[in-house]
Amino acid sequence: MKKEYSQAVLDEIGAKFPRASVKIHAPRRTYVSVPRDDVYEFAKFLFEEKKCRLSIATGIDKRDGIEILYHFSHDPSGTYYNIKTLVPKDDLKIRSLADFLPAANWIEREIHELLGVDFTGHPNLVPLLTAETWPADLYPLRRDYADEHKELKIEKTKEDH
Amino acid sequence: MKRIVPIGPYHPLQEEPEFFKLIVEGEKVVDLEINIGYNHRGHEFIAQKMTYDQVPFLVERICGICSDSHPYAYVMAVEDAAHIEAPPRAQYIRTIIGELERIHSHYLWVGLAGHFIGYNTVWMWVWRYREPLLDIFELIMGNRNHYAINKIGGARRDILPEHYGTIEKYLDLVEKKTTMFTKAVLDDPVIRARLENVGILTKEDAIGFGVLGPTARGSGYAIDVRKDDPYDAYDKVDWDMIVFDEGDILAKAKVRLLECYESIKIVRQCLRDMPDGPIETRVDEIPPGEGIGRHEAPRGEVFHYVRSDGSNMPARHKIRAPSFMNIPSNVVAVRGYSIADAALVLAAVDPCYCCTERTVVLENGKKKLTGHDLLRLSRQKTEAIRRRYRR
Amino acid sequence: MANAKLWGLKKSPWVFHVAAASCNNCDIEILDVLTPRWDVERFGIVLVGSPRHADALLVTGVLNRKSLSRVLRVYEQTPKPCLVIGVGTCTCDNHMFAPSYNVVGPYDKHIPMDVYIPGCPPKPEAIISGVVKALKRL
Repeated sequence: MKKEYSQAVLDEIGAKFPRASVKIHAPRRTYVSVPRDDVYEFAKFLFEEKKCRLSIATGIDKRDGIEILYHFSHDPSGTYYNIKTLVPKDDLKIRSLADFLPAANWIEREIHELLGVDFTGHPNLVPLLTAETWPADLYPLRRDYADEHKELKIEKTKEDH
Repeated sequence: MKRIVPIGPYHPLQEEPEFFKLIVEGEKVVDLEINIGYNHRGHEFIAQKMTYDQVPFLVERICGICSDSHPYAYVMAVEDAAHIEAPPRAQYIRTIIGELERIHSHYLWVGLAGHFIGYNTVWMWVWRYREPLLDIFELIMGNRNHYAINKIGGARRDILPEHYGTIEKYLDLVEKKTTMFTKAVLDDPVIRARLENVGILTKEDAIGFGVLGPTARGSGYAIDVRKDDPYDAYDKVDWDMIVFDEGDILAKAKVRLLECYESIKIVRQCLRDMPDGPIETRVDEIPPGEGIGRHEAPRGEVFHYVRSDGSNMPARHKIRAPSFMNIPSNVVAVRGYSIADAALVLAAVDPCYCCTERTVVLENGKKKLTGHDLLRLSRQKTEAIRRRYRR
Repeated sequence: MANAKLWGLKKSPWVFHVAAASCNNCDIEILDVLTPRWDVERFGIVLVGSPRHADALLVTGVLNRKSLSRVLRVYEQTPKPCLVIGVGTCTCDNHMFAPSYNVVGPYDKHIPMDVYIPGCPPKPEAIISGVVKALKRL
């Protein structure tokens, strides 16, 4: 028996967030595009009311901005609700989800260092993966990144303790 | 007085080995800081420079232990994006390899957990019976690890009918031995004393941190991709999800050991029901679009997101390994327990490997503690409990 | 008796295992050679917990920006003369991680290497044979 997404949830989304547009890619894969200001409330709605689990977030560099996808999984029905939002290039800011969702903490740090999006309200927005010697304004997952690392000097990093 | 006990950073996990900074007061751990990135190789960056068919070879080198899980999730993501379905025989082959890998990974964890608490017998024993499984992998796919069985639209290699017998024979052996380990390991009062009520992760924390796999199922959070979102042959076979409510290390160990039985059940049924036919479909092009692939790896859900722009390379490939969600939960799981327990608690989420063996010397105040000492402390505690039981 | 240490090293090499940014597979295979099927302890090869006790370093995985200085530190702590044995293809030529922004290998740019054991991962037999070859060179 293959489970399906619930139409009732999608109707509720439509009623609560009129600016959201839903795309159903496959029976259990739904993509919901919402404007940047609605993301926080929408994520809270999915996590607290619909008991979804934050799987991960993805940042994608597009021509007109950086698209962020929050992948929420509703496990009892096996459905993925993917929140899509676009952060414009001239104002790379979005509200952090980490204050009610500890699961968002690490991935927001990762997107911040690899794509350069600022998550406002994040408790500890320091680089997660790259070394201390990595330049703060170089974002390897951006489209305009052209192997700048080849010119970087290989330096010793400081000790951990 | 607060002291800092660093563990790490040499800890070869999947994408990221990490550096733990235990903040202790006397014997008690009061806080934990996690610092990762020592193993960051930039898979997502390299994947965008590779063609769709090359990426499975890259992603299986994320982690050597779940080297079936990542390509599995990746090919399902591409299949989801392009609406391809693998032929039935390929689906069964993938399921069989996925489940055999689960047995091998859980055995590995049981062995290493035994090693941490000073039961090297458990380690040697369990790893001995892991070997024949690697032989089966070599028989089917030509390599002991890094199997390269997954391909977009099918499987790369067939399981030959003359190999069924070998696999069945091994399953009989592993079933007998799992019973032996379950009885010998879980009924041992000393091991029980070390594992019970240690490193408790409550269900609320499990949900908040979004932990996955046996870590979640040991805390009463019943999620399993194979049940929730069945793919390939998982909805055609009969098996049970193992869930325990206690949240301590014993519960996680029980989940892992009992899951071995379920995996044996699944592989047996798959071998029995496997249809004949082709093992791959022809894939001409990947149309623009996006897809999600999820597979229940031994440590939890592996998640891959692929966006295609119609070219022969993925435009964006997001990889999420289960330990990325599991490791942050250590911060709450280790709080309040003694340093001697810490090595075990940090290993309980199955971060694949013992970091404590490869720690750098640390100094704080006058006393120097190394990861080696941490292991020694852990073993001394086992010895003390053992002596108490002997009396 | 200038070569007393070398003589001791050949009889019972103590190895320390350093994983830079590896996929864990070579590390598991290294542990595997200690378990009953191969059991290299019968030849006196022991895995030790501190580089200060080690005669040989087994390095695995590619070097990345963050792990480089830690690996160098471990190398500095190891008493000389010591052998450095690279396990796996990553140690030879960065394997498929060469295009990455975070990889700074290969190893021989940074540490003197004695033996490479190619393979992804090398089989336990290959690891044993590599260590034996390294010892024969002394």
